[in-house]
Amino acid sequence: MNVPEDLFYAKSHEWIRPDGETGTVGITDHAQNELTDVVYVELPEIGAQVKAGQQVCVVESVKAASDIYTPVSGTITEVNAALTSDPALINTAPFGEGWIFRIQVKAREEIDALLTPAQYGQEIGG
Amino acid sequence: MVDFGGWSMPVQYTGILDEHRAVRTDLGVFDISHMGQFFASGPGARAWLNLLLTNNVERLDVGECQYTFLLTEQGGVIDDLIVYRIEESRYMLVVNAAKIEEDFAWMQGHLGPDVEFVNESDSVAGIAVQGPKSAQLFDAFFDGRFSRPARNEILTVTIDEATYYIARTGYTGEDGFEVFCPSDRAVKSWQDILSRGEQFGIKPCGLGARDTLRLEVCYPLNGSDLSSDTTPLEAGLSIFVDLQKPEFIGRAKLTEQREQGVKRRLVPFKMTGKSPPPRSHYPVYKNGVQITESTSGTLSPSLNIGIGMAYIPTEFARIGEEIEIEIRGKRFPAVIEKKPLLRTNGGSA
Repeated sequence: MNVPEDLFYAKSHEWIRPDGETGTVGITDHAQNELTDVVYVELPEIGAQVKAGQQVCVVESVKAASDIYTPVSGTITEVNAALTSDPALINTAPFGEGWIFRIQVKAREEIDALLTPAQYGQEIGG
Repeated sequence: MVDFGGWSMPVQYTGILDEHRAVRTDLGVFDISHMGQFFASGPGARAWLNLLLTNNVERLDVGECQYTFLLTEQGGVIDDLIVYRIEESRYMLVVNAAKIEEDFAWMQGHLGPDVEFVNESDSVAGIAVQGPKSAQLFDAFFDGRFSRPARNEILTVTIDEATYYIARTGYTGEDGFEVFCPSDRAVKSWQDILSRGEQFGIKPCGLGARDTLRLEVCYPLNGSDLSSDTTPLEAGLSIFVDLQKPEFIGRAKLTEQREQGVKRRLVPFKMTGKSPPPRSHYPVYKNGVQITESTSGTLSPSLNIGIGMAYIPTEFARIGEEIEIEIRGKRFPAVIEKKPLLRTNGGSA
């Protein structure tokens, strides 16, 4: 399984790519593989204030609906509208075009407390 | 891998959508070894089965099969199964994995005279080949050694001194075969089918595609669409119930239900706009009031829209009736459709 080196990971299989005050969030390659073909994404609301670990949106595969949690606290600033018409981007490019939302990060320490690529790799048995 | 009736089974091999499409356009192969096989033989077998099963076993010639139900005294479904007449006085029953023990105990508890009844589920494996190219694969595989069984027929053949049953049945709506063989032949048979099927684009398929394929053609899944609280009449499957038979378990209740009319019917529905896919146990609304909940649901890979089934009060259980499905607190429009939701070329229940 692909676990990029430049990201931080949550045990619930989301990743975040910090960029200054904000961070981009998606789900991992391992998660998309477990979910199977994604057919519907219910995006979070822009402007929503969320707490780390809170359920913010839902990704549905053919098989099941899965809750997605934000790895850090903050305000949702942007969502990936492309997923509405092409939800399978989560399967084909989980770390790229399949990103789900951007968040204004409230506390940088929350990012530092997430799993490193090595730790996450161990978590998924890779 | 998931637990399914005590079996560890893959939800998918290459992907549910990919596997689903393979079965609709070319070929797919499913490991159905989890399913149960019972054998009833002896001079009393036919009369006994006819007392326990809803369909009329007397209509079966040797080498034929029928879809049928095992009911409680109250007419509720214990299991739906296929009974194959494999010899003059010998029948094979193929039952759902999760129901093997319950079915067997129930049938043993009602055992009739002059019947030998055994559960061979552990020693029999099953492989289903499904898709429009199934007949081509059969011909390539056996190279004229055997002729293809017709739909709802079963062939008994000996291959390398082992008995194989090859039935023209399935759970996808496509043409296809279900092969039952000794479990120690399963791996080799699976590999042989995959390698011979390569030229036809065969793909191994998991439980995920099995569910989307069966739901598109509205085949019920026991435990979801059928249960001991529902009858075959409510499920719209009365053609597999022969009320002309003088007796079978559940007959009295079903006769009463037929006379009084069913209060609800299992019907398929289709979402009418963009929505999350429906699932089982989602609330169903009519005129702003919850009337039931869905029993099955998925995104239909062939139709590319959400589909499902639900027991709808008879007054609303009409084709074209508009309903709403509640998904995470929000209601989405749907419409009741005709069975099957998808027309295929090889359909049989």
